[in-house]
Amino acid sequence: MIRTENLVKSFNDRIVLNNITTVFEQGKTNLIIGQSGSGKTVLLKSLVGLHPIDSGSIYYDDVCFSDLNFKDLKRIRKDIGMIFQGGALLDSSTVEDNVKLPLDLFTNQTEEEKLERVNFCLNRVELLNANQRYPAEISGGMVKRVAIARAIVLNPKYLFCDEPNSGLDPVTSCVIDNLIKEITQEYQITTIINTHDMNSVMEIGDKIVYIHKGNKWWEGSNDDILRSDNKELNEFVFASAMAKRAKLATL
Amino acid sequence: MRFFEFLGKYYILMTKVFSKPEKIKIYRKRILFEVEALGFNSIGIAAIISIFMGAVVTLQMSINLESPFIPQVLIGYATREVMIMEFSSTVVALILAGKVGSNIASEIGTMRITEQIDALEIMGVNSAGYLILPKIIATVLFFPFLTILSIGIGCAGGYFVAMFTGIMNPDTYIDGLKMDFKPFSITYSLIKTAVFAAIITSISGFYGYYAKGNSLEVGKASTKAVVVSSITILIFNLIITQLILIG
Ligand SMILES: Nc1ncnc2c1ncn2[C@@H]1O[C@H](COP(=O)(O)OP(=O)(O)OP(=O)(O)O)[C@@H](O)[C@H]1O
Ligand SMILES: [Mg+2]
Repeated sequence: MIRTENLVKSFNDRIVLNNITTVFEQGKTNLIIGQSGSGKTVLLKSLVGLHPIDSGSIYYDDVCFSDLNFKDLKRIRKDIGMIFQGGALLDSSTVEDNVKLPLDLFTNQTEEEKLERVNFCLNRVELLNANQRYPAEISGGMVKRVAIARAIVLNPKYLFCDEPNSGLDPVTSCVIDNLIKEITQEYQITTIINTHDMNSVMEIGDKIVYIHKGNKWWEGSNDDILRSDNKELNEFVFASAMAKRAKLATL
Repeated sequence: MRFFEFLGKYYILMTKVFSKPEKIKIYRKRILFEVEALGFNSIGIAAIISIFMGAVVTLQMSINLESPFIPQVLIGYATREVMIMEFSSTVVALILAGKVGSNIASEIGTMRITEQIDALEIMGVNSAGYLILPKIIATVLFFPFLTILSIGIGCAGGYFVAMFTGIMNPDTYIDGLKMDFKPFSITYSLIKTAVFAAIITSISGFYGYYAKGNSLEVGKASTKAVVVSSITILIFNLIITQLILIG
Protein backbone atom coordinates (compact mmCIF):
# COMPACT_ATOMS: atom_id res chain seq x y z
CA MET A 1 0.00 0.00 0.00
CA ILE A 2 1.16 3.50 -0.79
CA ARG A 3 -0.37 6.54 0.85
CA THR A 4 0.09 10.25 0.28
CA GLU A 5 -0.85 13.01 2.67
CA ASN A 6 -1.24 16.61 1.52
CA LEU A 7 1.38 16.16 -1.14
CA VAL A 8 2.39 19.45 -2.75
CA LYS A 9 4.78 19.83 -5.63
CA SER A 10 5.66 22.97 -7.54
CA PHE A 11 8.12 23.95 -10.24
CA ASN A 12 9.48 27.50 -10.04
CA ASP A 13 6.61 28.69 -7.84
CA ARG A 14 4.00 27.15 -10.13
CA ILE A 15 2.02 24.57 -8.17
CA VAL A 16 1.63 21.40 -10.21
CA LEU A 17 0.25 19.11 -7.50
CA ASN A 18 -1.96 20.59 -4.83
CA ASN A 19 -2.64 18.78 -1.55
CA ILE A 20 -3.01 15.26 -2.87
CA THR A 21 -4.20 12.84 -0.18
CA THR A 22 -5.00 9.33 -1.33
CA VAL A 23 -4.30 5.64 -0.91
CA PHE A 24 -3.09 3.11 -3.48
CA GLU A 25 -3.89 -0.42 -2.44
CA GLN A 26 -1.83 -3.61 -2.49
CA GLY A 27 -2.69 -6.34 -4.99
CA LYS A 28 -4.75 -3.88 -7.00
CA THR A 29 -4.16 -1.90 -10.15
CA ASN A 30 -4.48 1.71 -9.06
CA LEU A 31 -4.98 4.15 -11.92
CA ILE A 32 -4.14 7.82 -12.03
CA ILE A 33 -6.14 9.45 -14.80
CA GLY A 34 -6.44 12.99 -16.05
CA GLN A 35 -5.91 15.19 -19.05
CA SER A 36 -2.55 15.81 -20.60
CA GLY A 37 -0.67 18.27 -18.41
CA SER A 38 -2.81 17.62 -15.33
CA GLY A 39 0.22 16.38 -13.39
CA LYS A 40 0.06 12.58 -13.64
CA THR A 41 3.69 12.05 -14.53
CA VAL A 42 4.81 14.54 -11.92
CA LEU A 43 2.73 12.69 -9.32
CA LEU A 44 4.18 9.33 -10.30
CA LYS A 45 7.73 10.68 -10.28
CA SER A 46 7.15 12.36 -6.94
CA LEU A 47 5.93 9.06 -5.53
CA VAL A 48 9.14 7.29 -6.51
CA GLY A 49 11.38 10.14 -5.43
CA LEU A 50 12.51 11.33 -8.85
CA HIS A 51 11.01 14.74 -8.02
CA PRO A 52 11.60 16.10 -4.52
CA ILE A 53 8.27 17.22 -3.04
CA ASP A 54 7.61 20.61 -1.43
CA SER A 55 5.51 19.41 1.47
CA GLY A 56 3.31 16.56 2.61
CA SER A 57 4.29 12.92 3.05
CA ILE A 58 4.43 9.68 1.15
CA TYR A 59 4.14 6.34 2.93
CA TYR A 60 5.24 2.97 1.55
CA ASP A 61 3.31 0.66 3.85
CA ASP A 62 4.51 1.85 7.25
CA VAL A 63 7.65 3.57 6.04
CA CYS A 64 7.58 7.30 5.52
CA PHE A 65 9.24 7.41 2.10
CA SER A 66 9.59 11.17 1.98
CA ASP A 67 11.68 11.17 5.20
CA LEU A 68 14.09 8.42 4.21
CA ASN A 69 17.81 9.11 4.19
CA PHE A 70 19.94 8.20 1.22
CA LYS A 71 20.86 4.71 2.43
CA ASP A 72 17.33 3.60 3.33
CA LEU A 73 16.07 5.09 0.11
CA LYS A 74 18.49 2.89 -1.74
CA ARG A 75 17.22 -0.17 0.08
CA ILE A 76 13.58 0.57 -0.74
CA ARG A 77 14.44 1.25 -4.38
CA LYS A 78 15.07 -2.48 -4.77
CA ASP A 79 11.41 -3.04 -4.01
CA ILE A 80 10.36 -0.57 -6.70
CA GLY A 81 9.84 -1.41 -10.34
CA MET A 82 8.97 1.27 -12.84
CA ILE A 83 7.85 1.20 -16.44
CA PHE A 84 8.52 4.47 -18.21
CA GLN A 85 6.42 6.02 -20.92
CA GLY A 86 8.94 5.28 -23.66
CA GLY A 87 10.23 2.08 -22.09
CA ALA A 88 13.55 3.71 -21.18
CA LEU A 89 15.55 0.62 -22.05
CA LEU A 90 19.28 1.19 -22.23
CA ASP A 91 19.99 1.61 -25.93
CA SER A 92 23.48 0.18 -25.76
CA SER A 93 22.44 -3.09 -24.12
CA THR A 94 20.62 -6.10 -25.50
CA VAL A 95 17.17 -7.10 -24.27
CA GLU A 96 18.74 -9.75 -22.10
CA ASP A 97 21.29 -7.38 -20.57
CA ASN A 98 18.62 -4.78 -19.92
CA VAL A 99 16.57 -7.22 -17.89
CA LYS A 100 19.66 -8.64 -16.23
CA LEU A 101 21.07 -5.29 -15.10
CA PRO A 102 19.18 -5.07 -11.78
CA LEU A 103 20.34 -8.61 -10.98
CA ASP A 104 23.93 -7.70 -11.84
CA LEU A 105 23.76 -4.71 -9.59
CA PHE A 106 21.95 -6.03 -6.58
CA THR A 107 22.33 -9.78 -6.31
CA ASN A 108 25.25 -12.14 -5.94
CA GLN A 109 23.70 -14.79 -8.13
CA THR A 110 25.79 -16.77 -10.58
CA GLU A 111 25.49 -16.01 -14.26
CA GLU A 112 23.29 -19.12 -14.79
CA GLU A 113 20.93 -18.18 -12.00
CA LYS A 114 20.62 -14.68 -13.40
CA LEU A 115 19.94 -15.92 -16.92
CA GLU A 116 17.35 -18.32 -15.60
CA ARG A 117 15.56 -15.47 -13.84
CA VAL A 118 15.84 -13.24 -16.92
CA ASN A 119 14.35 -15.92 -19.12
CA PHE A 120 11.61 -16.58 -16.59
CA CYS A 121 10.61 -12.90 -16.67
CA LEU A 122 10.85 -12.67 -20.44
CA ASN A 123 8.66 -15.76 -20.64
CA ARG A 124 6.23 -14.20 -18.22
CA VAL A 125 5.74 -11.27 -20.59
CA GLU A 126 5.64 -13.70 -23.51
CA LEU A 127 8.70 -12.37 -25.20
CA LEU A 128 10.66 -15.18 -26.75
CA ASN A 129 13.72 -15.28 -28.99
CA ALA A 130 14.53 -11.61 -28.60
CA ASN A 131 17.28 -11.94 -25.96
CA GLN A 132 20.12 -10.80 -28.15
CA ARG A 133 18.32 -7.98 -29.93
CA TYR A 134 18.82 -4.31 -29.18
CA PRO A 135 15.96 -1.95 -28.20
CA ALA A 136 16.17 -0.22 -31.58
CA GLU A 137 15.49 -3.55 -33.29
CA ILE A 138 12.21 -4.47 -31.57
CA SER A 139 8.69 -3.08 -31.85
CA GLY A 140 7.05 -0.65 -29.43
CA GLY A 141 4.93 -3.38 -27.89
CA MET A 142 8.01 -5.52 -27.36
CA VAL A 143 9.84 -2.60 -25.76
CA LYS A 144 6.99 -2.30 -23.26
CA ARG A 145 7.20 -6.01 -22.53
CA VAL A 146 10.94 -5.81 -21.92
CA ALA A 147 10.36 -2.83 -19.66
CA ILE A 148 7.82 -4.86 -17.68
CA ALA A 149 10.21 -7.80 -17.47
CA ARG A 150 12.95 -5.50 -16.21
CA ALA A 151 10.62 -3.91 -13.68
CA ILE A 152 9.61 -7.25 -12.16
CA VAL A 153 12.95 -9.05 -12.29
CA LEU A 154 13.76 -8.23 -8.66
CA ASN A 155 10.25 -9.15 -7.43
CA PRO A 156 9.17 -5.62 -6.60
CA LYS A 157 6.57 -4.81 -3.97
CA TYR A 158 5.65 -1.62 -5.76
CA LEU A 159 5.20 -1.20 -9.48
CA PHE A 160 4.81 2.14 -11.25
CA CYS A 161 3.79 2.47 -14.87
CA ASP A 162 3.69 5.73 -16.80
CA GLU A 163 1.21 5.25 -19.65
CA PRO A 164 2.16 1.64 -20.28
CA ASN A 165 0.02 1.41 -23.41
CA SER A 166 0.54 4.79 -25.03
CA GLY A 167 1.49 4.40 -28.66
CA LEU A 168 0.23 0.83 -28.85
CA ASP A 169 -2.64 -0.55 -30.90
CA PRO A 170 -5.84 -1.45 -28.99
CA VAL A 171 -5.16 -5.17 -29.00
CA THR A 172 -1.60 -4.87 -27.73
CA SER A 173 -2.73 -2.24 -25.19
CA CYS A 174 -5.23 -4.67 -23.82
CA VAL A 175 -2.65 -7.44 -23.61
CA ILE A 176 -0.19 -5.18 -21.76
CA ASP A 177 -2.92 -3.95 -19.39
CA ASN A 178 -3.99 -7.45 -18.54
CA LEU A 179 -0.40 -8.58 -18.14
CA ILE A 180 0.18 -5.85 -15.57
CA LYS A 181 -3.03 -6.72 -13.77
CA GLU A 182 -2.17 -10.42 -13.67
CA ILE A 183 1.29 -9.77 -12.34
CA THR A 184 -0.14 -7.40 -9.75
CA GLN A 185 -2.53 -10.01 -8.43
CA GLU A 186 -0.12 -12.91 -8.74
CA TYR A 187 2.63 -11.26 -6.68
CA GLN A 188 0.38 -8.98 -4.60
CA ILE A 189 2.15 -5.85 -5.81
CA THR A 190 0.98 -2.32 -5.16
CA THR A 191 0.67 -1.13 -8.73
CA ILE A 192 0.11 2.46 -9.79
CA ILE A 193 -0.59 3.22 -13.44
CA ASN A 194 -0.83 6.57 -15.21
CA THR A 195 -3.15 6.57 -18.13
CA HIS A 196 -5.60 8.57 -20.15
CA ASP A 197 -6.93 5.55 -21.94
CA MET A 198 -10.59 4.92 -21.01
CA ASN A 199 -10.25 1.34 -22.22
CA SER A 200 -7.70 0.67 -19.50
CA VAL A 201 -9.87 2.44 -16.97
CA MET A 202 -12.83 0.17 -17.68
CA GLU A 203 -10.68 -2.98 -18.06
CA ILE A 204 -8.34 -2.86 -15.08
CA GLY A 205 -9.32 0.14 -12.92
CA ASP A 206 -9.57 -1.39 -9.46
CA LYS A 207 -9.07 2.03 -7.98
CA ILE A 208 -9.02 5.27 -9.91
CA VAL A 209 -7.74 8.67 -8.90
CA TYR A 210 -8.80 11.47 -11.21
CA ILE A 211 -6.41 14.41 -11.25
CA HIS A 212 -7.72 17.73 -12.52
CA LYS A 213 -5.32 20.67 -12.79
CA GLY A 214 -3.11 19.28 -10.07
CA ASN A 215 -5.93 18.52 -7.63
CA LYS A 216 -7.36 15.16 -6.72
CA TRP A 217 -10.81 15.74 -8.17
CA TRP A 218 -12.42 12.36 -7.72
CA GLU A 219 -11.60 8.79 -6.68
CA GLY A 220 -13.38 5.46 -6.84
CA SER A 221 -13.55 2.21 -8.79
CA ASN A 222 -14.35 1.68 -12.47
CA ASP A 223 -17.92 0.84 -11.50
CA ASP A 224 -18.24 4.07 -9.54
CA ILE A 225 -17.04 6.04 -12.51
CA LEU A 226 -20.14 5.06 -14.46
CA ARG A 227 -22.37 6.43 -11.72
CA SER A 228 -20.40 9.52 -10.82
CA ASP A 229 -21.92 12.93 -11.43
CA ASN A 230 -18.65 14.83 -11.15
CA LYS A 231 -18.78 17.33 -14.01
CA GLU A 232 -15.09 17.43 -14.99
CA LEU A 233 -14.76 13.67 -14.65
CA ASN A 234 -17.76 13.16 -16.88
CA GLU A 235 -16.34 15.47 -19.50
CA PHE A 236 -13.16 13.44 -19.40
CA VAL A 237 -15.05 10.17 -19.63
CA PHE A 238 -17.35 11.39 -22.39
CA ALA A 239 -14.38 12.16 -24.60
CA SER A 240 -14.30 8.44 -25.18
CA ALA A 241 -17.31 7.29 -27.18
CA MET A 242 -17.13 3.79 -25.82
CA ALA A 243 -17.06 4.95 -22.21
CA LYS A 244 -19.83 7.43 -22.93
CA ARG A 245 -22.09 4.70 -24.19
CA ALA A 246 -21.33 2.50 -21.21
CA LYS A 247 -22.05 5.36 -18.89
CA LEU A 248 -25.29 6.39 -20.54
CA ALA A 249 -26.44 2.79 -20.41
CA THR A 250 -25.81 2.68 -16.67
CA LEU A 251 -27.65 5.88 -15.86
CA MET B 1 27.25 34.51 -12.11
CA ARG B 2 26.34 31.73 -14.54
CA PHE B 3 29.95 30.65 -14.31
CA PHE B 4 29.72 30.03 -10.57
CA GLU B 5 26.42 28.20 -10.99
CA PHE B 6 28.15 25.99 -13.56
CA LEU B 7 31.07 25.35 -11.21
CA GLY B 8 28.72 24.45 -8.36
CA LYS B 9 26.66 22.05 -10.42
CA TYR B 10 29.78 20.57 -11.97
CA TYR B 11 31.28 20.01 -8.54
CA ILE B 12 28.13 18.33 -7.24
CA LEU B 13 27.99 16.07 -10.28
CA MET B 14 31.63 15.09 -9.84
CA THR B 15 31.11 14.15 -6.20
CA LYS B 16 28.36 11.83 -7.45
CA VAL B 17 30.57 10.50 -10.24
CA PHE B 18 33.42 9.71 -7.87
CA SER B 19 31.37 8.24 -5.04
CA LYS B 20 31.92 4.57 -4.29
CA PRO B 21 30.55 2.36 -7.09
CA GLU B 22 27.97 -0.25 -6.15
CA LYS B 23 29.72 -3.11 -7.90
CA ILE B 24 33.27 -2.97 -9.17
CA LYS B 25 32.73 -5.84 -11.58
CA ILE B 26 30.13 -4.00 -13.62
CA TYR B 27 32.32 -0.95 -13.82
CA ARG B 28 35.20 -3.06 -15.10
CA LYS B 29 33.05 -4.31 -17.96
CA ARG B 30 31.89 -0.78 -18.77
CA ILE B 31 35.42 0.60 -18.72
CA LEU B 32 36.53 -1.99 -21.27
CA PHE B 33 33.52 -1.12 -23.39
CA GLU B 34 34.37 2.59 -23.26
CA VAL B 35 38.04 1.99 -24.03
CA GLU B 36 36.87 0.51 -27.28
CA ALA B 37 34.12 3.05 -27.98
CA LEU B 38 36.07 6.18 -27.08
CA GLY B 39 39.69 5.05 -27.39
CA PHE B 40 40.17 2.48 -30.14
CA ASN B 41 37.69 4.25 -32.32
CA SER B 42 39.73 7.45 -32.11
CA ILE B 43 42.98 5.89 -33.31
CA GLY B 44 42.12 6.50 -36.93
CA ILE B 45 41.45 10.22 -36.68
CA ALA B 46 44.45 10.77 -34.39
CA ALA B 47 46.70 8.95 -36.86
CA ILE B 48 45.46 10.83 -39.90
CA ILE B 49 45.81 14.31 -38.49
CA SER B 50 49.19 13.44 -36.97
CA ILE B 51 50.77 12.25 -40.19
CA PHE B 52 49.62 15.37 -42.05
CA MET B 53 50.64 17.65 -39.22
CA GLY B 54 54.12 16.10 -38.95
CA ALA B 55 54.51 16.39 -42.69
CA VAL B 56 53.45 20.01 -42.90
CA VAL B 57 55.54 21.08 -39.91
CA THR B 58 58.62 19.56 -41.50
CA LEU B 59 57.78 21.24 -44.78
CA GLN B 60 57.27 24.64 -43.16
CA MET B 61 60.44 24.36 -41.13
CA SER B 62 62.56 23.48 -44.10
CA ILE B 63 61.11 26.29 -46.20
CA ASN B 64 61.44 28.92 -43.50
CA LEU B 65 64.78 27.85 -42.10
CA GLU B 66 66.56 27.87 -45.45
CA SER B 67 69.67 29.71 -44.38
CA PRO B 68 73.31 28.75 -44.30
CA PHE B 69 73.49 29.70 -40.63
CA ILE B 70 70.85 27.24 -39.48
CA PRO B 71 71.83 23.57 -39.61
CA GLN B 72 69.27 21.34 -41.33
CA VAL B 73 69.36 18.94 -38.42
CA LEU B 74 67.22 21.43 -36.52
CA ILE B 75 64.28 20.64 -38.78
CA GLY B 76 63.83 17.11 -37.44
CA TYR B 77 64.45 18.41 -33.96
CA ALA B 78 61.79 21.11 -34.32
CA THR B 79 59.24 18.70 -35.75
CA ARG B 80 59.75 16.35 -32.85
CA GLU B 81 59.46 19.12 -30.28
CA VAL B 82 56.32 20.57 -31.84
CA MET B 83 54.69 17.15 -31.86
CA ILE B 84 55.63 16.30 -28.29
CA MET B 85 55.14 19.65 -26.63
CA GLU B 86 51.92 20.84 -28.19
CA PHE B 87 50.52 19.00 -31.13
CA SER B 88 50.13 15.43 -29.91
CA SER B 89 48.71 16.51 -26.58
CA THR B 90 46.85 19.80 -27.04
CA VAL B 91 45.78 19.78 -30.67
CA VAL B 92 44.88 16.10 -30.63
CA ALA B 93 42.89 16.76 -27.46
CA LEU B 94 41.02 19.58 -29.21
CA ILE B 95 40.14 17.29 -32.09
CA LEU B 96 39.06 14.58 -29.67
CA ALA B 97 36.97 17.13 -27.77
CA GLY B 98 35.03 17.48 -31.01
CA LYS B 99 34.72 13.78 -31.66
CA VAL B 100 34.47 12.20 -28.23
CA GLY B 101 32.90 15.19 -26.47
CA SER B 102 29.94 15.49 -28.80
CA ASN B 103 29.52 11.73 -28.75
CA ILE B 104 29.38 11.61 -24.95
CA ALA B 105 27.11 14.63 -24.55
CA SER B 106 24.61 13.43 -27.12
CA GLU B 107 24.62 9.86 -25.83
CA ILE B 108 24.06 10.83 -22.20
CA GLY B 109 21.71 13.67 -23.19
CA THR B 110 19.55 11.26 -25.15
CA MET B 111 19.53 8.90 -22.20
CA ARG B 112 18.35 11.80 -20.05
CA ILE B 113 15.45 12.85 -22.26
CA THR B 114 14.30 9.29 -22.94
CA GLU B 115 14.19 8.68 -19.17
CA GLN B 116 16.93 6.05 -19.27
CA ILE B 117 18.74 7.95 -16.52
CA ASP B 118 15.55 8.04 -14.43
CA ALA B 119 15.23 4.30 -14.99
CA LEU B 120 18.74 3.78 -13.62
CA GLU B 121 17.99 6.00 -10.62
CA ILE B 122 14.82 4.04 -9.88
CA MET B 123 16.83 0.84 -9.85
CA GLY B 124 18.95 2.47 -7.16
CA VAL B 125 21.95 2.95 -9.45
CA ASN B 126 24.15 6.00 -9.03
CA SER B 127 23.49 7.00 -12.63
CA ALA B 128 26.15 9.70 -12.78
CA GLY B 129 28.82 7.31 -11.61
CA TYR B 130 27.56 4.46 -13.74
CA LEU B 131 27.51 6.50 -16.94
CA ILE B 132 30.35 8.98 -16.55
CA LEU B 133 33.02 7.36 -14.39
CA PRO B 134 33.84 4.51 -16.81
CA LYS B 135 34.23 7.06 -19.60
CA ILE B 136 36.59 9.22 -17.54
CA ILE B 137 38.71 6.25 -16.51
CA ALA B 138 38.78 4.80 -20.01
CA THR B 139 39.89 8.04 -21.66
CA VAL B 140 42.39 9.04 -18.96
CA LEU B 141 44.03 5.64 -19.36
CA PHE B 142 43.81 5.39 -23.12
CA PHE B 143 44.34 8.89 -24.51
CA PRO B 144 48.03 8.91 -23.45
CA PHE B 145 48.51 5.99 -25.85
CA LEU B 146 46.97 8.09 -28.58
CA THR B 147 49.48 10.82 -27.76
CA ILE B 148 52.44 8.45 -28.03
CA LEU B 149 51.03 7.12 -31.26
CA SER B 150 50.52 10.63 -32.57
CA ILE B 151 54.10 11.63 -31.75
CA GLY B 152 55.41 8.58 -33.58
CA ILE B 153 53.21 9.03 -36.61
CA GLY B 154 53.86 12.78 -36.78
CA CYS B 155 57.61 12.24 -36.83
CA ALA B 156 57.12 9.60 -39.51
CA GLY B 157 55.09 12.11 -41.54
CA GLY B 158 58.07 14.46 -41.51
CA TYR B 159 60.32 11.66 -42.61
CA PHE B 160 58.12 10.91 -45.60
CA VAL B 161 58.26 14.55 -46.62
CA ALA B 162 62.03 14.50 -46.41
CA MET B 163 62.16 11.30 -48.39
CA PHE B 164 59.66 12.06 -51.13
CA THR B 165 60.16 15.78 -51.73
CA GLY B 166 63.93 15.78 -51.47
CA ILE B 167 63.67 19.03 -49.58
CA MET B 168 66.22 17.68 -47.13
CA ASN B 169 68.27 14.62 -46.45
CA PRO B 170 66.20 11.98 -44.60
CA ASP B 171 69.22 10.90 -42.57
CA THR B 172 69.75 14.44 -41.34
CA TYR B 173 66.05 14.50 -40.42
CA ILE B 174 66.49 11.33 -38.35
CA ASP B 175 69.56 12.80 -36.68
CA GLY B 176 67.43 15.81 -35.81
CA LEU B 177 64.74 13.60 -34.31
CA LYS B 178 67.34 12.07 -32.00
CA MET B 179 69.04 15.34 -31.10
CA ASP B 180 68.98 16.58 -27.52
CA PHE B 181 66.08 14.36 -26.52
CA LYS B 182 64.69 14.92 -23.01
CA PRO B 183 62.46 12.06 -21.85
CA PHE B 184 60.77 14.45 -19.45
CA SER B 185 59.03 16.25 -22.26
CA ILE B 186 57.17 13.02 -23.01
CA THR B 187 56.07 12.85 -19.38
CA TYR B 188 54.92 16.45 -19.62
CA SER B 189 52.95 15.66 -22.75
CA LEU B 190 51.29 12.61 -21.23
CA ILE B 191 50.33 14.47 -18.06
CA LYS B 192 48.66 17.09 -20.22
CA THR B 193 46.80 14.46 -22.22
CA ALA B 194 45.51 12.74 -19.11
CA VAL B 195 44.23 16.03 -17.74
CA PHE B 196 42.64 16.94 -21.08
CA ALA B 197 40.95 13.54 -21.25
CA ALA B 198 39.38 14.11 -17.85
CA ILE B 199 38.27 17.58 -18.95
CA ILE B 200 36.65 16.34 -22.16
CA THR B 201 34.76 13.44 -20.61
CA SER B 202 33.64 15.16 -17.43
CA ILE B 203 32.47 18.37 -19.12
CA SER B 204 30.70 16.52 -21.93
CA GLY B 205 29.18 14.16 -19.40
CA PHE B 206 27.99 17.20 -17.45
CA TYR B 207 26.24 18.77 -20.43
CA GLY B 208 24.63 15.48 -21.40
CA TYR B 209 23.56 14.65 -17.87
CA TYR B 210 21.78 17.96 -17.36
CA ALA B 211 20.20 18.10 -20.81
CA LYS B 212 16.47 18.51 -20.81
CA GLY B 213 13.69 18.85 -23.32
CA ASN B 214 13.99 17.33 -26.74
CA SER B 215 16.48 16.44 -29.44
CA LEU B 216 17.10 20.13 -30.17
CA GLU B 217 18.31 20.62 -26.63
CA VAL B 218 20.51 17.55 -26.87
CA GLY B 219 22.07 19.04 -29.99
CA LYS B 220 22.73 22.29 -28.15
CA ALA B 221 24.14 20.42 -25.18
CA SER B 222 26.56 18.60 -27.41
CA THR B 223 27.72 21.80 -29.10
CA LYS B 224 28.22 23.44 -25.71
CA ALA B 225 30.14 20.41 -24.51
CA VAL B 226 32.60 20.74 -27.38
CA VAL B 227 33.02 24.51 -27.04
CA VAL B 228 33.42 24.54 -23.28
CA SER B 229 35.79 21.58 -23.17
CA SER B 230 37.91 23.08 -25.95
CA ILE B 231 38.25 26.39 -24.13
CA THR B 232 38.95 24.63 -20.85
CA ILE B 233 41.66 22.58 -22.54
CA LEU B 234 43.35 25.73 -23.83
CA ILE B 235 43.23 27.37 -20.40
CA PHE B 236 44.58 24.29 -18.68
CA ASN B 237 47.28 23.99 -21.32
CA LEU B 238 48.60 27.36 -20.18
CA ILE B 239 48.25 26.53 -16.50
CA ILE B 240 49.96 23.13 -16.75
CA THR B 241 52.76 24.49 -18.89
CA GLN B 242 53.36 27.28 -16.41
CA LEU B 243 53.32 24.81 -13.49
CA ILE B 244 55.49 22.08 -14.97
CA LEU B 245 57.92 23.78 -17.32
CA ILE B 246 58.33 27.15 -15.67
CA GLY B 247 56.87 27.15 -12.17
N1 LIG C 1 10.63 19.21 -14.87
C1 LIG C 1 9.63 20.12 -14.97
N2 LIG C 1 9.88 21.42 -14.79
C2 LIG C 1 8.89 22.33 -14.84
N3 LIG C 1 7.61 22.04 -15.09
C3 LIG C 1 7.27 20.75 -15.27
C4 LIG C 1 8.27 19.72 -15.22
N4 LIG C 1 7.68 18.54 -15.43
C5 LIG C 1 6.37 18.82 -15.63
N5 LIG C 1 6.11 20.12 -15.53
C6 LIG C 1 4.80 20.78 -15.66
O1 LIG C 1 3.89 20.11 -14.82
C7 LIG C 1 2.63 19.98 -15.45
C8 LIG C 1 2.17 18.56 -15.39
O2 LIG C 1 2.95 17.78 -16.26
P1 LIG C 1 2.86 16.20 -16.36
O3 LIG C 1 4.00 15.74 -17.20
O4 LIG C 1 2.73 15.62 -15.02
O5 LIG C 1 1.51 16.00 -17.16
P2 LIG C 1 0.80 14.62 -17.49
O6 LIG C 1 -0.48 14.63 -16.75
O7 LIG C 1 1.71 13.50 -17.25
O8 LIG C 1 0.51 14.81 -19.03
P3 LIG C 1 0.60 13.71 -20.21
O9 LIG C 1 -0.68 12.97 -20.17
O10 LIG C 1 0.70 14.56 -21.42
O11 LIG C 1 1.80 12.86 -19.99
C9 LIG C 1 2.78 20.50 -16.85
O12 LIG C 1 2.19 21.77 -16.91
C10 LIG C 1 4.27 20.61 -17.07
O13 LIG C 1 4.56 21.74 -17.83
MG1 LIG D 1 2.75 12.07 -18.50
